[in-house]
Amino acid sequence: MAENNRAVIKLKEKFASSIVDVVEFRGEVTVTVTKSDIIDILSFLKSSLSFNLLTDVTAIDYLGKKTERFMMVYQLYSIPNKDRLRIKAAVAENECSIQSATQVWQTANWLEREVYDLFGINFENHPDLRRILMTPDWVGHPLRKDYPLQGPDREPYKGRLS
Amino acid sequence: MGVDNPLGENIITTSLDKLVNWSRKSSIWPMTFGLACCAIEMMATGASHNDLDRFGIIFRASPRQSDCIIIAGTVTKKMLPVIKVVYEQMPEPKWVIAMGACACSGGIFDTYSVVQGIDEALPVDVYIPGCPPRPEALLYGIMKLQDKIWNDKNSFGSAIGLGERTEQAAA
Repeated sequence: MAENNRAVIKLKEKFASSIVDVVEFRGEVTVTVTKSDIIDILSFLKSSLSFNLLTDVTAIDYLGKKTERFMMVYQLYSIPNKDRLRIKAAVAENECSIQSATQVWQTANWLEREVYDLFGINFENHPDLRRILMTPDWVGHPLRKDYPLQGPDREPYKGRLS
Repeated sequence: MGVDNPLGENIITTSLDKLVNWSRKSSIWPMTFGLACCAIEMMATGASHNDLDRFGIIFRASPRQSDCIIIAGTVTKKMLPVIKVVYEQMPEPKWVIAMGACACSGGIFDTYSVVQGIDEALPVDVYIPGCPPRPEALLYGIMKLQDKIWNDKNSFGSAIGLGERTEQAAA
């Protein structure tokens, strides 16, 4: 199924060595690629396959479940073709950075600031990498799995009877 | 009253404290300040069906004209400095109503980003439970605040610089 996808065929032609995985689940196509080629792939998708709308940028923390801790997720939409595509790229904890997609879509600016704020992934060549949701003096990145839910300054919740 | 109308029909006798308390409790002007879904319920209470105006309660858009702030909703740690500034701009005497579970205790938001009750920062006079409280509950809470204002001691004296006003808990 996913192999017949217009975008997947083109990507396999041009970036065969960078594609890690192609999955289709309930009509949603996800392409996992290597981090180093992310900008080449995203700009190819925008210029040649007219994925002109970056719907969302987010990340996943696979703490203790995968060797490379973080996974960047880019949700793309092609307005002329009414077509969606999800691009993923793994980011390791020890070199926790990836190229900024602001070079391709301007809207990535605030979306990547949110990912930086909550996951602590650094975006290289980002024009304005500051916290966007938490206060500027906040310590830590709250959506990381090892961040205590009730904050570092409180006793963790131990159930209703505690 | 223990006074047998010696001054005629159109004279009433009272204490200056009671006069001040009566005027304060009959014209509680709350700050227009909504934070979350409780603010929708607060607006409903102010609208024509429940009609806060009949208590002399008129929402003011400036803290400098307000003497009550209804903390209507979830207080995040990012919002707390803003609320403190608004509260500090209100002239004395001033009262605080914590409306709803979030303002009272943090509610369901037992997380890193939410203040666990506005009483960590402001002196709360009335707590109104509910998620969100119905307009009747907010009205009842405001009437409890009126009771509290009515029972203040030395409110006239403190206004002209003689001693402190003493508050009593709402009955």
